[in-house]
Amino acid sequence: MTAPALSLKDVIFTWPGRGGFALSCPAFQVAAGESVLLLGASGSGKSTLLSLICGIATADAGQVTVGGTDLGGLGAGARDRFRAEHIGVIFQQFNLLPYASVLDNILLPLRFAPQRRARARDGPAQAAHLCAALDLPEDVLTTQAARLSVGQQQRVAVARALIGAPPLIVADEPTSALDAATQDTFLSLLFKQTKQAGSSLLMVSHDARLGPRFDRVIRLEDIVNTQRDAA
Amino acid sequence: MILRLAAQSLMARALTVGMTVLAIALSVTLFLGVEKLRTGARASFADTISGTDLIVGARSGPVQLLLYSVFRIGNATNNITWQSYQDIAARSEVDWIVPISLGDSHRQFRVMGTTPAFFDHYQFRGGRSLEIAQGAGLNDLYDTVIGADVAATLGYSVGDPIVVSHGIASFTAHDDQPFRVAGIIAKTGTPVDRTVVVSLEAIEAIHVDWQGGAKTGQSTPVEVIRARDLTPNAITAALVGVNSRLQIFGLQRWINDYAEEPLMAILPGVALQELWQIVGVAETALIGVSAMVVVTALIGMMAMIFASLNERRREMAIWRAMGARPTTILGLLVLEATLMAAVGAVLGLGLLYLGLFVGQPMVDAAFGIWLPITPPTLRELWGLAIVIVAAALASLLPAIRAYRLSLADGMMVRI
Repeated sequence: MTAPALSLKDVIFTWPGRGGFALSCPAFQVAAGESVLLLGASGSGKSTLLSLICGIATADAGQVTVGGTDLGGLGAGARDRFRAEHIGVIFQQFNLLPYASVLDNILLPLRFAPQRRARARDGPAQAAHLCAALDLPEDVLTTQAARLSVGQQQRVAVARALIGAPPLIVADEPTSALDAATQDTFLSLLFKQTKQAGSSLLMVSHDARLGPRFDRVIRLEDIVNTQRDAA
Repeated sequence: MILRLAAQSLMARALTVGMTVLAIALSVTLFLGVEKLRTGARASFADTISGTDLIVGARSGPVQLLLYSVFRIGNATNNITWQSYQDIAARSEVDWIVPISLGDSHRQFRVMGTTPAFFDHYQFRGGRSLEIAQGAGLNDLYDTVIGADVAATLGYSVGDPIVVSHGIASFTAHDDQPFRVAGIIAKTGTPVDRTVVVSLEAIEAIHVDWQGGAKTGQSTPVEVIRARDLTPNAITAALVGVNSRLQIFGLQRWINDYAEEPLMAILPGVALQELWQIVGVAETALIGVSAMVVVTALIGMMAMIFASLNERRREMAIWRAMGARPTTILGLLVLEATLMAAVGAVLGLGLLYLGLFVGQPMVDAAFGIWLPITPPTLRELWGLAIVIVAAALASLLPAIRAYRLSLADGMMVRI
């Protein structure tokens, strides 16, 4: 049996400094190749959870395991490298370096991930292939990212997340900046490409209507307890 | 790829980056320009006299002797007797010797009595000789050859009469014996341009009726003066060329030990070195000020990077999400600053040469300072390297702040 793409166990985390926002997650798993929708309103610990999964923040107690590797056992630099190698990240919007070309944006994670670069083999060709598969115009690669429409930018972000086929794709409300029609096409393309790459997909959203497309839908408050000190 | 992205990031902020680069470029131009002017002025001073091995005068200070004999600044404390002059001229080491007699003036310009040999042996700017631009040399007793600035300032042309005043800034004129402008010397960029040259005998002639610095009552007719032996009793200084450079120090020692009269012989180059030590303080101050301008430009750049950090937090978050370490972000900002400084330095160098190209004739005409257009010296290249390194160091402060921000923000920035 292959290791789950993502596994959280008895995780406790408190943001350092004042504010005292604490989060605990007794157990949560995403199987390899599975697509999961996490439903939660903003302020429900969504960002903190994603930070933990991506290795930006480390749990005070418990284990965060991505593809069988315990992130707590890695140093800060190693976690950054691990994120580049194993996780593709898609944000809500402003995903791209506006001044860089689309190609440079797509290849950026490979710059920090030699294994993933090797997996992608010919990076530019792979980028071109992904762009074509995501219905982006042919000349998009040489275009400056800032010149693209929001919808196109989000699809470039998908290409960037998928290049070199990382085992886990983390998407943070990637459709909220898109209108309903574009949302639908975007999700279809995202699912198709994620499936083709064989990656797991963890998407966070507040929009329950997206649910039917996913293997599993989980409410954030069912797996995570948050606590905010008034002090 | 990182370098390309850094360059593209700078290009995307063309206006602010451009201003910063321009400030750095101008400060570098100023810094190098001051350096060029300084070395140019030194070289021009050094070029004022070349080919002369020794300057002989009454015993005083080397700098003083150099200043009054070559630069016409200040006055001689004492004279050399004609006998001493002839003793020196008779030495076997001496190839040529040119006497100089100073002390009178015409308007604001000094009058120098000398022999026609002056035109043969006086050299400037690496061996260039004096050229008579208009007219001829000294032929008659009352002939004068004037420098280019004298002619330009007073509007003289060949054939015009000139009356020499006694002393400097004096009201007593040698109006009984007027001179005639026989020739005008081509512009040299040396004090010769501001000199009225007459023959040594003429200096003697106009002082026939003078005793102890005052005019006696009588007025000897010109015809009588012309008939006289006008060999002077004393001169102010002499320029000496030796047969072999190896003999310079021997002759210098002989002159300094001359028993009949306290004399002094100096090497122009050595005296110039002493002069530099005196003006060195002003030079250092000038360099200091221009260095401060560079520092100001770099602080401006630092402020610009600080100001941009907030609007670039999103960009930093993207870098972090893609797997960049906080140190990569620090490096990125330092790289950007280094690029800006490098472009600024190269642009500054370009502006300097443009300025030199345009300004060279003007500076030469106005100040007699010849600024040679040469490739940058090692010292200047070091200066540029220091500016770039200093920019990298200055950018560390905002870069460290970006490092901290990206640690705190991670990949989640709410804008």
